[in-house]
Amino acid sequence: MSNAPVDHGRRRFLTIATSVVGGVGAVGVAVPFIASWNPSERAKQAGAAVTADISKLEPGQLIRVEWRGKPVWIVKRTEETLGQLEQTESKLRDPSSDVPQQPAYAQNRHRSIRPEIFVAVGICTHLGCSPSYLPNDFAAQVEGIRAGFFCPCHGSKFDMAGRVFQGVPAPTNLVVPPHMFIDDNTIVVGEDEGAV
Amino acid sequence: MFKNLMSWIEYRLPFMDKMNLHVMQYPAPKNFNFWYFFGSLAMLVLVNQIVTGIWLTMNYEPSAEGAFASVEYIMRDVDYGWLLRYMHSTGASAFFVVVYLHMLRGMMYGSYQKPRELLWIFGMLIFLVLMAEAFMGYLLPWGQMSFWGAQVIIGIFGTIPFIGEDLTLWIRGDYVISGATLNRFFALHVIALPLVLVILVFLHIMALHEVGSNNPDGIDIKKDNDGSVEQTEADKKFTFHQYFTRGGKKIIVDAIPFHPYYTVKDLVGVAGFLLIFAWVIFFLPEGGGYFLEPPNFEPANPLKTPDHIAPVWYFTPFYAILRAIPHPFMGAVAMFAAIVALALLPWLDRGKVRSVRYRSGLHKVNLINFCISFVALGVLGVLPAEGVYTLMAQIFSFTYFGFFVLLFFYSKNENTKPLPVRVT
Repeated sequence: MSNAPVDHGRRRFLTIATSVVGGVGAVGVAVPFIASWNPSERAKQAGAAVTADISKLEPGQLIRVEWRGKPVWIVKRTEETLGQLEQTESKLRDPSSDVPQQPAYAQNRHRSIRPEIFVAVGICTHLGCSPSYLPNDFAAQVEGIRAGFFCPCHGSKFDMAGRVFQGVPAPTNLVVPPHMFIDDNTIVVGEDEGAV
Repeated sequence: MFKNLMSWIEYRLPFMDKMNLHVMQYPAPKNFNFWYFFGSLAMLVLVNQIVTGIWLTMNYEPSAEGAFASVEYIMRDVDYGWLLRYMHSTGASAFFVVVYLHMLRGMMYGSYQKPRELLWIFGMLIFLVLMAEAFMGYLLPWGQMSFWGAQVIIGIFGTIPFIGEDLTLWIRGDYVISGATLNRFFALHVIALPLVLVILVFLHIMALHEVGSNNPDGIDIKKDNDGSVEQTEADKKFTFHQYFTRGGKKIIVDAIPFHPYYTVKDLVGVAGFLLIFAWVIFFLPEGGGYFLEPPNFEPANPLKTPDHIAPVWYFTPFYAILRAIPHPFMGAVAMFAAIVALALLPWLDRGKVRSVRYRSGLHKVNLINFCISFVALGVLGVLPAEGVYTLMAQIFSFTYFGFFVLLFFYSKNENTKPLPVRVT
C-alpha cells in the first residue's frame, strides 16, 4: 500500500468524472425502458388515419367508421338541415364553437370543411355514450328542428353540427376529429396535413 | 431534525448499523485480484435479468398460439423491444459466464473449504436454480429449439425407472409439450424461480459475511487475539464493525473496508464487463448461434424435428456427459452426479491448504485437467454424438470425474508448500 499523501484535487476530479460518466450511462440505459412504453408500431398502425369512400353517401345519410376504437360519424347534411343550423343558435351553449373541440378549419357554423359533409366523433361529451342520430324525429326534442343527435343515456342534445343545446348534461360540443379530403369522394379521418 | 429522525429509525431498524456491518465496515482481504469481480458481476447480471424480464412480460403472451408472434412483436414493433430482449437473452449467457468463472475462482483458492462449506452449498443451489431458470426461459419464445430442447430435457426425467413416464406427463401437463407446459414454465420462470434465486443470493451473501471472504492466498485475515500476530500501522488505520472482532477475541489484519475500496474496484470490473456485454448485444446478439440458436427463429412444430438439436452452450458440458453413457438412465444419473460432485467438493477435498498457490504440483495439474475436461465436454456437447465424438466425450467424462476421485485420495496427505502467516 502506498504511503504517499492523498491528492484531494485529483481524487475529487476522478470522483466527479466517474459520477458524470456513470450518470450518463444510467440515463442512456433508462431510455429503452422508458421508450418501450410508447405506443408500439402495431398500436400506431391501429391508430392510423382511416379512409372512407363517401361517393355513395345520400343526403341525410350517416355512416360510421372506426378510428382509434371510437365511432366517427360522416353525415351528408341536406340543404334543409344546413338552413336550420342558424335557427338553433339562440338555444346553444357554444354556438360559435369557442371551446376548441374541433380543428381550426372546422370552427364555423357548420363545423366542417365542406358545408354538407359533417365529420364528428360520435361520443357524447358528457359521459361517453354514443348519441343516436335522429334524421327526421328531432322535433320531439327541440321544437321546429327536424334533425339532430340525442344521447339516450342522459338526454343530451346536439344539433346537426354537433353543437350542444343548453340545459342538457353534456358540457361541450361534439369533437370534430382532424380530417381531410383526398379527392371529391374520399375522406381521411385522423390526419389533416396537406389538406386540399 | 433529520438526525433525530435517523436515530428514531435506527433505534427501531438498525439500518446504518447493518450497512456498516455489510458494506462500510466489512473487512475484505486486501489482496483480491480480478477473479473477485465475478461475484458482484453475477449480482449485476441478476438485476439486469430481473429488470429486462419484467419489461419483456409487458408484451409477451404466454400461450402456444401467441408466444412466438409476441416475441417477434417485441422484436419488431415495440420501441427498443429488440434491445430489451437481447439484453435478456445475452444476459442469460453472461450469467453463466460469470458464474462459471466465479465457481472456478472458488475451486482455485479453496473457497469451499472449512468453514465455507455452507456458503458453497448455497452457491451450488443458486447454480441449480439458475439452470432451471434458463431452461424454462428458453421454452418461452416457443421456437423450434425451445420445443425440441425441452422435449430432450424433459425426456431425461422419462428415463427414471418405473415412474419416468408418469413424471414426464406430470411435468408437461399434457401428452406433448403444449400450451399447458408453456404456461407453467412461464409462471415458474417469471415468479417462482426468481424469488428463490433472490432468497438464495441473500443467504449466500449472509453466509459469506458470517465466515468472511477467502482470498487468493487462502490465509485467514481474522487472527486470535493472543499476541501471536500483531496489527501493523496500516491495519490500525481502518475501523471494522465490532461484530467481526467478536468482542476483542479476534484481531483483523491485512483487510480493507469493502466500501470504498472494493466498491470502487468492482466498478472497474463492471465497466469492463459492460463494454463486452454491450458489444455482444449490439454486434453479436445471437452469439453466433450459441446464445440464440438458428432453429429458434422458426415457430415450434411438433411434427418436424430440427436436424441437429443442441442445448444452449452453458448446458453442453453436462449434456455431453449425459450422451457419453450409452444407457439412458445411467447417463442422466452421471449428469446429475457431475453437479453433485461439485457440491460435495468441501468433503471430497480433505486438504487443509486452501489456495492453489501453496498446493502440490499434482493438484495444479489436476485442476488444469478439470478445466480442460469441462471445456472439452462443452465443445463436444454442441457437436453431434457420433463416432469419435462419443469416444472423446467418454474420455473427458472419465477425466472430469477423475478430478474428484484423485482429489479425494491425494488431498489427505498432500505435499503442500509452507503457508505464510499473513496474506502476501
